[in-house]
Amino acid sequence: MKIFGFVISLIITLALTIALSVKIGSVPPLGYFLDPFHGFWQNAESEEPYIDPTLAASVLQPVEVVYDSLLIPHIFAENEYDLYWAQGYVQASHRLWQMEFVTHVAAGRVSEIVGERALEFDRAQRRKGLTFAAENSWKQVQKNDTARQMLEAYSDGINAYIENLTYQDYPVEYKLLNYQPEPWHPLKSSLLLKYMADYLAGGDEDVENTNGLKLFGKESMDRYFPVFLPGREPVIPTEYDWPFEATPIDTPRVTYRDNTLYTETIEEPNPDNGSNNWAVSGSRTQSGNPLLANDPHLGLDLPSIWYLVQLKAPGVNVFGATLPGSPGVVIGFNDSIAWGVTNARRDVKDWYKITFTNDTKDEYEFGSRRLKTQQRIESIKIRGADTFYDTVIYTHYGPVVYDQSFPKESSTTVPLNYAMKWVAHDPSEEVITFYELNRARNYEDYVEALGHYRSPAQNFAFASTSGDIAMWVQGAFPVKWRGQGRYLMDGGRPEQEWKVLIPYDHNAHILNPERGFVSSANQVPVDTTYPYYIYDHSYEHFRNRRINNQLSRTRQATPRQMMELQNDVYNQMAADILPMMLDSLDLSVLSPEGRDMYDILRRWNYQNTIGQAAPAAFRAWWRALRTEIWDEFTAEEITLDLPTNAATIYIMQQFPNDTIFDSKQTSSQETLNDLIQESFQKAQTKIQDWEEEQGQTIHWGDYKSTSIQHMLQLEPFSVKNLPVGGGRSIVSANSERHGASWKMIVELSEAVQAWGVYPGGQSGNPGSYFYTNMVDAWAKGEYFPIKFYQYPEDNPTTVMARQTIQPSSAD
Amino acid sequence: MKFVTKVILIAGLSYIAEQFFPWWSVVICAFLVNVLLPTKGFNAFISGFLGVGLLWLVFAWMIDSNTGSILTEKIAQLFELNQSGLVVAATGLVGGITGGFAALTGNVLRTINRKEPVKPGYYK
Repeated sequence: MKIFGFVISLIITLALTIALSVKIGSVPPLGYFLDPFHGFWQNAESEEPYIDPTLAASVLQPVEVVYDSLLIPHIFAENEYDLYWAQGYVQASHRLWQMEFVTHVAAGRVSEIVGERALEFDRAQRRKGLTFAAENSWKQVQKNDTARQMLEAYSDGINAYIENLTYQDYPVEYKLLNYQPEPWHPLKSSLLLKYMADYLAGGDEDVENTNGLKLFGKESMDRYFPVFLPGREPVIPTEYDWPFEATPIDTPRVTYRDNTLYTETIEEPNPDNGSNNWAVSGSRTQSGNPLLANDPHLGLDLPSIWYLVQLKAPGVNVFGATLPGSPGVVIGFNDSIAWGVTNARRDVKDWYKITFTNDTKDEYEFGSRRLKTQQRIESIKIRGADTFYDTVIYTHYGPVVYDQSFPKESSTTVPLNYAMKWVAHDPSEEVITFYELNRARNYEDYVEALGHYRSPAQNFAFASTSGDIAMWVQGAFPVKWRGQGRYLMDGGRPEQEWKVLIPYDHNAHILNPERGFVSSANQVPVDTTYPYYIYDHSYEHFRNRRINNQLSRTRQATPRQMMELQNDVYNQMAADILPMMLDSLDLSVLSPEGRDMYDILRRWNYQNTIGQAAPAAFRAWWRALRTEIWDEFTAEEITLDLPTNAATIYIMQQFPNDTIFDSKQTSSQETLNDLIQESFQKAQTKIQDWEEEQGQTIHWGDYKSTSIQHMLQLEPFSVKNLPVGGGRSIVSANSERHGASWKMIVELSEAVQAWGVYPGGQSGNPGSYFYTNMVDAWAKGEYFPIKFYQYPEDNPTTVMARQTIQPSSAD
Repeated sequence: MKFVTKVILIAGLSYIAEQFFPWWSVVICAFLVNVLLPTKGFNAFISGFLGVGLLWLVFAWMIDSNTGSILTEKIAQLFELNQSGLVVAATGLVGGITGGFAALTGNVLRTINRKEPVKPGYYK
């Protein structure tokens, strides 16, 4: 009997121990996870973070790391190897999970972590050629000794951190998903930059445009999707005289013969990805020193996209925002200069139809020749299942993204056998740009640094302590003939392929303009006088005008005014079109609630503040109106773009009797006024429904509901419903899941001063008091003064902790 | 008294073991202590339950307290519990139940070979 009892007890004990040691469904192994000595409990931090005051590591000379009250590390090294080693080590100590997860996403390796449900996502990432691009980039960068050493040192530092870790030290996400960190490699840094290239320059609407061309014809496409709108304010002012002769190009005769209507394409990056930057010359500032401001607009994510750091070593003393996973500072300042970036939109991704000569797809037509393809076999490891092998065909254009096996869903129509040609696939060395900008002393150094930059193209704003301000629209831009790349093209016709890039010094740029300031907000870079063809499917038309408007009124600019401008919530788009919409309404048919909504909109001051109802009412009305105007574009399953808000306003104002306003779905004839009236009613209903559902009066803050989400979309690790104003196409561009991911103001006085804030914290650990400690200040529009030390002993009252990394004895 | 000794031993040994080994080392500790110092069956289970359970509960509670529940609350929400206190309790429970069964197994193994169970109050 007792033996039986023993066996039962033993079985129960073993079963329990095993059950608590394995992952069951989405529940992590609870024995490991709940163990106070090793589990998630070990990730909880007290308000005063513990930082090891000394650490022995494989640095060449001692490195001092000074942490200020925001947990920003100020790294003081005696040589470059140690500097980047320390950046790697310190960044890994705060953001390891993020660095690895983001690079896994870029590499299409999410299935390794979460299993089969990520397989199609991974296949898309592979077929986009991000790893292919990263490999090309890493090969190129290795040719430069300085850059290679920087990336290797950075990688060494990260690996030194990883090597010391045991389960109890892992970031909590590893414990939740039950996996371990893997060693870092410099290739991953290139992957990270290609992830950003995809994020910012991976969008194109060529398929949508081609569908539109087939359904509506060229005249409609040109009319409803204009690139240059009246009232535009390009990055480089219109009056600028281009001092060069453009590279000549022949325009071939092209007929777009493809008759297929496509219903799907791979996922596109968020079209709101964009930003603001500007620099004001000393002639227009109160102090006489230039001011520079930048706020990149990206997804509001946790851990935060940016990580702040100061790097000081012989030859360099720079502060700014870095992207965890890549060394160097990406947006920031040093003792002499400051720089910032906004996305320079341009169509740099095009599609070419490949005519294979046989079923095995090893050859394709190119003019009168036949070219060989290459096969790249992507092995996608899947947690809990067999590895999936995906064969992707590569042509000289690039990868053939869609084929019979991809996407898996066969009910959609995708551009089969089209190869993707994208500037980001080519060898590049952007990391050298950041290396050189970090050390730049003046305008010439800045120009030299930008020479290494290809993708994603950015409007680089610049200011120096010697008084210069500048803007350079820098990137690899193919020389194109008018219309090239707007639609899908024929890969068998060599004359349709773009071959050369616009020479670097022909890229639009300006130094010390007459008007005394430079600015950019993702708008059209130049005016029609520029001798090269410019095209993107969507240029900003509102934020840029508001910024320029405010800057031209400011004669004695101060840092505080720059902050106010970054926080500006004026709705330029509403100012442009709302009066006309209100004037067109027939008030006699409105209900009392309708009259109320009308009154609110009439009295509105065009400020998108959180307490007002008008911003919500306007948005609901505008959206309903825009959908009604362009109902032909949403009627079918076909993937089509709607004309932009700016284009819509342009058509409404210039061509109010256009046939587009007559809805094809009804037999009666509508006019624009009818649509304005109908959409008003729809908006009214929408607002009322919202109020009923929420049990409160509508106001912009809750209607917009800006939130910052953890990358795994875990709600408890996210921040919901922030009380912050603004909106799309507004300078303070905060929408539901998108906004100012970093806000920086720099004054280029002799001792450079700066202020900054971002919606998150330096620590990527949800158990840390530094995970979201800056969010409240960011939402209120407040800034922290940036500590920029010359020596580790400086300003001791601002220092929270110190750490010395000592060279360990040689092995 | 023997009971209290066992609880303290299990807790102490588990604490030391966990400095070097993963969580399941508590299973071995509860098991071993009961092989060496058997008592009545139910008594044994409770010794393991309290030994490991209290160890985990106390340390979890200390961490929760020192960190202002910053992570406990988030984990509670993640597992759809409403209070962070429940996570502390769950920690104690998981440790306790595992420790209890490990203890019981050790106890039964040892008493298979004995003629009579130890009388309560054996040690004065």
